[in-house]
Amino acid sequence: MDLPRPRGPLSEAVHARLEGRFCELPPVGAGVDVLADDDLQLALWMLYELHYRGFDGRADLEWDPGTIACRRQLESRFELVLRAATASFVDEALGHSADVVDQIEHLVEVVDGPSLAGFLQRTATREQVLEFLAVRSLYHLKESDPHSFVLPRIDGPAKAALAELLYDEYGAGRPERLHATLYGDALEAAGLDRSYGAYVDRVPGHTLAVNNVMSLLGLQRRLRGAALGHLTAFEVTSSVPCRRIAAGIERVGLPDVTAAYFHEHVEADAVHEQVAMRDICGALLQAEPELRRDVLFGVAACLHLDGLSATAQLAAWAADDRDDRDDRLAEKVAS
Amino acid sequence: MTGSWQALSLRDEDVRLTPCPDGPTLVRRADVVVDEEGTVHPVDRPVVAVCTCGKSQRKPWCDSTHKSVRRR
Repeated sequence: MDLPRPRGPLSEAVHARLEGRFCELPPVGAGVDVLADDDLQLALWMLYELHYRGFDGRADLEWDPGTIACRRQLESRFELVLRAATASFVDEALGHSADVVDQIEHLVEVVDGPSLAGFLQRTATREQVLEFLAVRSLYHLKESDPHSFVLPRIDGPAKAALAELLYDEYGAGRPERLHATLYGDALEAAGLDRSYGAYVDRVPGHTLAVNNVMSLLGLQRRLRGAALGHLTAFEVTSSVPCRRIAAGIERVGLPDVTAAYFHEHVEADAVHEQVAMRDICGALLQAEPELRRDVLFGVAACLHLDGLSATAQLAAWAADDRDDRDDRLAEKVAS
Repeated sequence: MTGSWQALSLRDEDVRLTPCPDGPTLVRRADVVVDEEGTVHPVDRPVVAVCTCGKSQRKPWCDSTHKSVRRR
């Protein structure tokens, strides 16, 4: 893919570095809303992308000390803010029960956000559904890749269960069933661009953060518990919403192939949520009980960022509606 | 599917069943699941979740409907 368009001084500096020009990363301002900032999250996203498919025609800077230093500077701030935002939920879950399944289910109940899936099911216009599909493509075209980094960092039953879940995500031996490929098919059927990273310039900061947290947790051995907590929260909150999203896609008249991706996930993620809670997190904490707080941090971080992203997306659509109404009113007054 | 069902391996594998409290039963190493009417459903995932609350709309497979049933 091509380098995205910079959105401020941090992403300018990273962009320049990735083009081969040296550029000092400016300090992150004290007042920056780290979890939603377009510029910071895009800068971080570009740095993380070096560990996935990278950028066309650019020098290989994946392990360049300078780019790693930039990444560390931005992601340590990201982690601090995320930990602060979720600490009280994690404490509450720890006090609620000693059982990890209960703790995870408790977090899913208390770290709440508005239902984007409910809006897509009942209310969204065709354009809004397409916008949702385009924005989500940033993750789904590399579906499960961030969590795959955890596999060599764990052992025993948790490793076997994670491998089993990933094998399903990666098509269980059938390339045409790779979930990322199914998503590409869904995009193409809807008339959207299926090429990797095609819509990154349209993805807002809070949704870049939803993507970046997976890389933050997946790329560091220290955070393996949190990465698996994140995976679990993702799976636990997927099956029922996917059914609603599929219904929304059908309601606005998009093709069956587009809905099929979400139908597949109703069934797949009903399995994965059980495997993730019990066989992955349960087994991990039996082997490494000291990771409990981190597992729950990963769960809460996923839910918190999803909530922020859904809130912002719904607010943006509501603002568009108001603008449309005002325009129509203005037209009426003018005529 | 609340009633009787069977998970079978056609290769004499040792089928593993893991019941989840308030949830489905996870089935590993099976080739088919036979529901209470005798209909045979091929297994095409490394692990499948069989509905045990009877409310799934994708029977015999779990679709997480048990969560809304339980909460009510």
